[in-house]
Amino acid sequence: MPTNAPTSPLTASERVRQVLKAHGRLATAIESLGDTDSLYQAGLTSHASINVMLGLEGEFNIEFPDSLLKRGTFESVAAITSALETLTPG
Amino acid sequence: MTTDHNTNFDPYEFYAALVAHKLIIPVGVPGAFGRSAIFEDILERFNALVSAHSADDDAQMMTFPPVISRQLLEKTGYLDSFPHLCGTVFSFNGDERQARELSRRVGEKEDWSNTQSMGELVLNPAACYPVYPTFTGILPVKGRTVTMLHWVFRNEPSNEPTRMQSFRVREFVRAGTEAQVSSWRDMWLERSLGIFAKLGLPAHSDIATDPFFGRAGKLMADSQRKNELKFEINVPVISKTAPTACCSFNCHQDHFSTPFGIKTHNGDVASTACVGLGLERIVMALLKTHGLDPTGWPATVRKHLWP
Repeated sequence: MPTNAPTSPLTASERVRQVLKAHGRLATAIESLGDTDSLYQAGLTSHASINVMLGLEGEFNIEFPDSLLKRGTFESVAAITSALETLTPG
Repeated sequence: MTTDHNTNFDPYEFYAALVAHKLIIPVGVPGAFGRSAIFEDILERFNALVSAHSADDDAQMMTFPPVISRQLLEKTGYLDSFPHLCGTVFSFNGDERQARELSRRVGEKEDWSNTQSMGELVLNPAACYPVYPTFTGILPVKGRTVTMLHWVFRNEPSNEPTRMQSFRVREFVRAGTEAQVSSWRDMWLERSLGIFAKLGLPAHSDIATDPFFGRAGKLMADSQRKNELKFEINVPVISKTAPTACCSFNCHQDHFSTPFGIKTHNGDVASTACVGLGLERIVMALLKTHGLDPTGWPATVRKHLWP
């Protein structure tokens, strides 16, 4: 990890959940969803998923490349966390 | 037999040929050319052929002007998905002094855009939009079907002839249960391929996506493709490898039913679907495929258009 990377007391998964809580407009509370539960089934719309994407880009200081702009990327907390692992803070 | 008109696919040469054969009339702004009597005759004949094929559909005809309520556009979410395509009507609402200032700026070729203010109307971006508010409430058991022929606007200036800013769409809209509208959409896809085959057009259908704006649009398009919500019929007009979309067949799920309160006969949120036939593009596909002089088209094609 680069020495100047921002540090956070929260795990990546917890930070993803915070972003979902702020931007996901989910019908089901994020606290009641498991990491692999479908966010779409929990009410994540296409438009809300954009706000989630922008929120994640701010939170993690990354930018999602076109290749990750797919429905599957935002399918679950686990899917988002694993997509983030492939991205380097810029 | 191959002839020059259907083996050469340069879009700008095709535009020049349409002008030279007095089929379209340039106006100095891309995508807003005029149409000649010959062009219009083909368009009206094709439209009549579509009407004949759908005569037993019990579709109610409605006609709206090429402008719609701005509130309606806002309610459909169009500005979330297609902010780049929208055209909004701005008009002058000032006093005499401001009118003189407007006149002065126009005379001196200065920017006069901020002398105008936004009104209650936008240019209609999709033929079916004004219809959805008429569906509000409980649908009959068999659902409802409406047909229109509307001018639509898209902010897409281009010098290639098939990409127009203002064009006509013959549209059919269906509201009902999910099963009713999706089987209707599939029926129209087959029916349209049949019409295109009669007219000797080398048409193929394919899954398609709407031109959603920006990075958000890529996500929405991916979702639309995975759910097979949109199909198009494509015909080579300006490119052999990237054929031109001439019709689209769209399932909207509850995109319009929820904001407009459209319910099935048993009170569930209804589904809607629409079919749009791009009339100018179909005329151009015919001209490209069969030649720029319709009197010389094959008799097997002409008999369907000029029975």
